[in-house]
Amino acid sequence: MATSAPTSAPPRTGARALVLRLRSGDELARLITLAFASSILLVTVGLVYQLWATSALPRHKFGFGFLTSSLWNPVSGQFGALPFIYGTVITSVIALLIAVPLGVGAAIFLSELAPPRISGTFTFFIELLAAVPSVIYGLLAIFTLVPLMRDYVEPFLKKTLGDLPIFAGPVFGFGYLTAGVILAIMTLPFIISISREALLEVPTEQREAALALGATRWESTWQAVVPYARLGIFGSIFLALARALGETMAVTMVIGNDPSIHASLFAPGYTIAAVIANEFSEATGDLYLQSLVELGLVLFLLTIVINAMARLLIIATTRRGSAQS
Amino acid sequence: MKKSNLWLGVFGALTILLAVAQAKVLINAAGATFPYPIYGKWFEEFAKIDPDAQINYQSIGSGGGIRQFSEGTVDFGASDMPMTDEQIGKFKNKPLHFPTVLGGIVPTYNIPAVTQELKFTPEALAGIYLGKIKKWNDPELQRANPGVKLPDNDIVVVHRSDGSGTSFVFTDYLSKISPEWKSKVGASTSVSWPVGLGSKGNEGVSGVVKQTPNSIGYVELIYALQNKMAYGFLRNAAGMYLKADLDSVTEAAASAAQTMPADFRVSITNAPGKKAYPISTFTWLLIPSKIDDPAKKKAIVAFLHWMTTDGQKDAASLGYAPLPKEVAAKEEKQIALIK
Repeated sequence: MATSAPTSAPPRTGARALVLRLRSGDELARLITLAFASSILLVTVGLVYQLWATSALPRHKFGFGFLTSSLWNPVSGQFGALPFIYGTVITSVIALLIAVPLGVGAAIFLSELAPPRISGTFTFFIELLAAVPSVIYGLLAIFTLVPLMRDYVEPFLKKTLGDLPIFAGPVFGFGYLTAGVILAIMTLPFIISISREALLEVPTEQREAALALGATRWESTWQAVVPYARLGIFGSIFLALARALGETMAVTMVIGNDPSIHASLFAPGYTIAAVIANEFSEATGDLYLQSLVELGLVLFLLTIVINAMARLLIIATTRRGSAQS
Repeated sequence: MKKSNLWLGVFGALTILLAVAQAKVLINAAGATFPYPIYGKWFEEFAKIDPDAQINYQSIGSGGGIRQFSEGTVDFGASDMPMTDEQIGKFKNKPLHFPTVLGGIVPTYNIPAVTQELKFTPEALAGIYLGKIKKWNDPELQRANPGVKLPDNDIVVVHRSDGSGTSFVFTDYLSKISPEWKSKVGASTSVSWPVGLGSKGNEGVSGVVKQTPNSIGYVELIYALQNKMAYGFLRNAAGMYLKADLDSVTEAAASAAQTMPADFRVSITNAPGKKAYPISTFTWLLIPSKIDDPAKKKAIVAFLHWMTTDGQKDAASLGYAPLPKEVAAKEEKQIALIK
């Protein structure tokens, strides 16, 4: 037995040492916080297990076809996830394409260029926006954004870029594009707020060094400060992406809720979170209900895959960055 | 001495509390959201008549109601659609359906160029929702509305995106009047819609219709009445154009009463009566045919008696169509089946 190895002290000493360490408090604190931390793991594992166990029926019936089928017909009992995966990804991409340049730009202004008083006021409002519940954004979207998109933005895009298939077809005001825009508005406060914090963390020496080398203020900001705060800025984008992927209420109010895939961004679509929220309470039959649960599993996996890709991106850029410096 | 008095007091209070808690029968129910306003009122009023009975109702949706009822987590359920034979087959004792009130579903539209009230034929409604009638000035619509100048605009079709009893009744109606709808789409709380935008809840559908020129949607009659929305006439099975109201919905149930099966599991869409509004429906309470707890059984039976008689008087003021007399009388007989 390992415990009776000749070099080890008698067990009583070990126990006494443990008691001593516990009494000093450090060990106790370590154990308690460890328990707290492992609860996260427990919740995640429990969640995955539950999603997996409750989606057994459609997994056996459809197999991987569930991911590639674009048929969603509760009457005939055929369920496929593709339109929802497509809708979730495409709306999140639109949201980031709009929100990242706007958000990072605004954060640079607030942390580097704006006078402190303006910066303080703006920051207050941004944090206020971040706390607004999503259903409020949804109402805002139905009553102001949808008419705006239908009467001005989408006709304009159709007139100028209508040759592209993504800007063709009839205009409703409800669809992928509107959902992407409302998601951009909702994620913007996160990107600005966290990016600004990251930029403020950059040591003053970094700026002064760039200026001393003869850089203009903008050159110092763009070439010395922003790259330094890169990790924080990426972090803000991933947080925004996570919110965009999982957002439910605001999206379902403007996306049109049509479970099919359209090339045009003006067309109505559907996201995973939206269909679960819409259909779960009235889902009749086990296969239908479990298919919705499997969609939840798909969303979970999608989030993991996208997060992993994001991590890889960080690692790649950080390596390149450190090689340059 | 003082201390023992205190203990005695505490003990006495506990005994009284316990006695009160035992005397009160707590009954849990869950199900449809559509009748929730009247169920809430009924259970509250019934608690005044029978102070020992307390019925808690969770409006979680018809599907959820059937599920919880099947699993036995609630004492009774409620649903906007009758249970299927398959669902009933899972029960050891066959559950009973009790119609409570009626609702109707109306077509609502928004055409800025038209101020008159529109008339819809069943074929027009099915054609629009199948995506075959694409423009407002389609001959089928124009024929039903002579004298109305219908615009040459595309119809924007709006339907419910959440699973709902409302969609079930609407698609059940379309399945009855259109063989093509029946074979291509069918009837359910959620279907694979051939065209259109989905929106959540009555408020979502009416919101989108109000916001979108040249659109059409369907909402519950109560919702349209409470919000003073414009809605169209619909031609019924007898060939009459009717604008839905509480009387024409009750009439639909009355005209279907003769042919109604004994277990009340019946769709009354496209009912034969001249004054019957065609998209009407019962909403049901799902009651177990065998209730083991005698106190619960007594309270539930008393409630059912009260609901089919005095309770019906509350219906109209809350916007629900009351049961026709024939149906209420038939239900009285079914109450005796509860063992």
